[in-house]
Amino acid sequence: MTRTPLRPLARVIEARAKGENPDAIERENLRLRHEEMRDRDRNRAEGRLLVLGAMFFCAFVVVGFRMGALAGSEPAEPRASAAGSAIIADRADIVDRNGRILATNLETHALYAHPQQMVDPLEAAEKLVEIFPDLDRERLVRDFTGKRKFLWIKKRISPEQQQAVMDIGEPGLLFGPREMRLYPNGRIAAHILGGAGYGQEGVASAEVIGVAGVERQFDSHLRDPANSDKPLELSLDLSVQAATERVLYGGMKLMNAKGAAAVLMEIKTGEVIALASLPDFDPNDRPAPPTKGHPDDSPLFNRAAQGLYELGSTFKIFAVAQAMDLGLVAPQTMIDIRGPIRFGRYAIRDFHYYGKELSVEQIIVKSSNIGTARIAQMLGVERQKAFLAGLGLTTPSPIELPEARQADPLLPSKWTDLSAMTISYGHGMSASPLHLAAAYATVANDGMQVRPTLLKQSTAQKGERVMSSATADRSVAMLRKVVSEGTASFGEVEGYAVAGKTGTADKPKPTGGYYEDKVIATFASVFPAHDPKYVLVVSLDEAVETSGSEPRRTAGWTAVPVAAEMIRRVAPLLGLRPQIEPALLADITLTSQ
Amino acid sequence: MKSLLYVLSALAVIGLAFWAYRENYETQHVLNQAERLQRDIGDARSRLAMLRAEWAYLNRPDRLRDLAEINFDGLGLLPLRPDQFGRIDQVAYPVEERMVLNNPVSVSSDTMGAGE
Repeated sequence: MTRTPLRPLARVIEARAKGENPDAIERENLRLRHEEMRDRDRNRAEGRLLVLGAMFFCAFVVVGFRMGALAGSEPAEPRASAAGSAIIADRADIVDRNGRILATNLETHALYAHPQQMVDPLEAAEKLVEIFPDLDRERLVRDFTGKRKFLWIKKRISPEQQQAVMDIGEPGLLFGPREMRLYPNGRIAAHILGGAGYGQEGVASAEVIGVAGVERQFDSHLRDPANSDKPLELSLDLSVQAATERVLYGGMKLMNAKGAAAVLMEIKTGEVIALASLPDFDPNDRPAPPTKGHPDDSPLFNRAAQGLYELGSTFKIFAVAQAMDLGLVAPQTMIDIRGPIRFGRYAIRDFHYYGKELSVEQIIVKSSNIGTARIAQMLGVERQKAFLAGLGLTTPSPIELPEARQADPLLPSKWTDLSAMTISYGHGMSASPLHLAAAYATVANDGMQVRPTLLKQSTAQKGERVMSSATADRSVAMLRKVVSEGTASFGEVEGYAVAGKTGTADKPKPTGGYYEDKVIATFASVFPAHDPKYVLVVSLDEAVETSGSEPRRTAGWTAVPVAAEMIRRVAPLLGLRPQIEPALLADITLTSQ
Repeated sequence: MKSLLYVLSALAVIGLAFWAYRENYETQHVLNQAERLQRDIGDARSRLAMLRAEWAYLNRPDRLRDLAEINFDGLGLLPLRPDQFGRIDQVAYPVEERMVLNNPVSVSSDTMGAGE
């Protein structure tokens, strides 16, 4: 840039010659220079603004495009942050207390069709029927040649079937991966596990949901991906459960029963080691709920936890224990058992005639209804109610089964003195065998309440006290006498000192009243009596023993031998070694309060 | 001086761009590798789950009982009975074998002393 001088000499001389002020020339030049500078600065500022505007424009265009692209594209998982996440989020397994698998997952495929992609629909239908004989050929042809764009053919197929379908070579037949719940042990523990089905189904995956049993109870826990590698540990022992079911099945067949239930419970922890209900079902192929007939007769019905039955004389020990706990009677107190007790049109009778009076201990040993009713009269309604509530017999069992939560014991709507008397020997209120097991566990657990659970526990329960320790000891000693010299003499198992009480209750007719020849035979037992560890309740529905000249239906002939065989089989599996029973201390049975 | 600065910064930009490119490709490669590994682990886990399911299925109590019955002649397996519990003092101690001395050597301090 050439710089023009402010006072060019030629012009100054010329101006001086003309007599003008040369300063005007300088001012003029200065003005011109300033104008020039101003123009230059403005140009530069305009250029900069332009560049800045272009930059902002580009930035906003980029942001706009990115937003459009994000909104318009399929969402994808960030690749870099996938490291910590679960690799496959399966439904968690269910295992028994020793870690043996009760329920796990299996990958299978579902078969579906896109008829519009099919090359030869008729041949495809033909070959599919060859592979799956249960499919209807006419219907497949109608679906394949009709307007449908999508149809499910099979929800679950085996790898062999999948290969066979692939070999058809039809592009319109497609497979979707499926996760299937597998119960490798088949029918064993079917009622506890329940079963699983599919919830929402898509082509790529389907949601597996528990429909009954622990699968339903712990559904959200099992589905939680955080728990997928932590199996749910149940308190069950698979071998014990299998042996229990085996013996129960044999007993049910031998005793001509139409149903049977058994509950084996550990006393200190409340863990249910085995819980069986027959008839049972295969949870891999769970049958549909029955639409006709009595729902209680369905294999899906859990007789042990869901079935509410009048449990008969097994209840007698509760009335006697309470009376002893309150100091009303001692084991050797004599009770007047002359009968029958008439109460309006209702009469309480004994099975046999046992004389005019019996000691409290003998009332339990011989199972006298009249004697127990007399003791219940001493107790009164309110105290009896409170005691049975303490044993957990008036509310649904807290066990982790949705079916059991619905089984609310049937109590008399008006708890009169007559109700109190009938309830004392197990009539007039209904509870499940599981309730009975928990109540017997409470008696055997030194009188401390036991709540049954299906989850593996590490420590003993700390329940509240229902009766004194001395009462509990005496009650168990009485139950031991029932087996050693009373109605349950078939229940003696050498080395295991079984204590228990039989109960034979007439079945109520749906129309009212009771059947003459249909009974529920129950045996509730505790073993070993000198150091109670386990409670076993066996209940047979409509059992009848026909080896004698006339049919025998009492629990002593039906449920007790089955329970004894069960203890014989199961106790060694539980690691319980046979012991010589210590002699009963005199002061335990003879002290009066 | 100024032009040297320009040249150097241009070179730096080229170098950095090259480095960023390479890092990007390396990251992609590592991500692919990680994905492949995760897939492999997933496959291995599902295979393991399948094997465990199969093991549980083959060891189901029904099948074991049937097998025990079929092979009763050879194995003679019966359910465990209470009288099969033993006690530790019922087990006989193995008889301790006495040491046999074939050619005894007499070691006596008297003879040693006498020899000296």
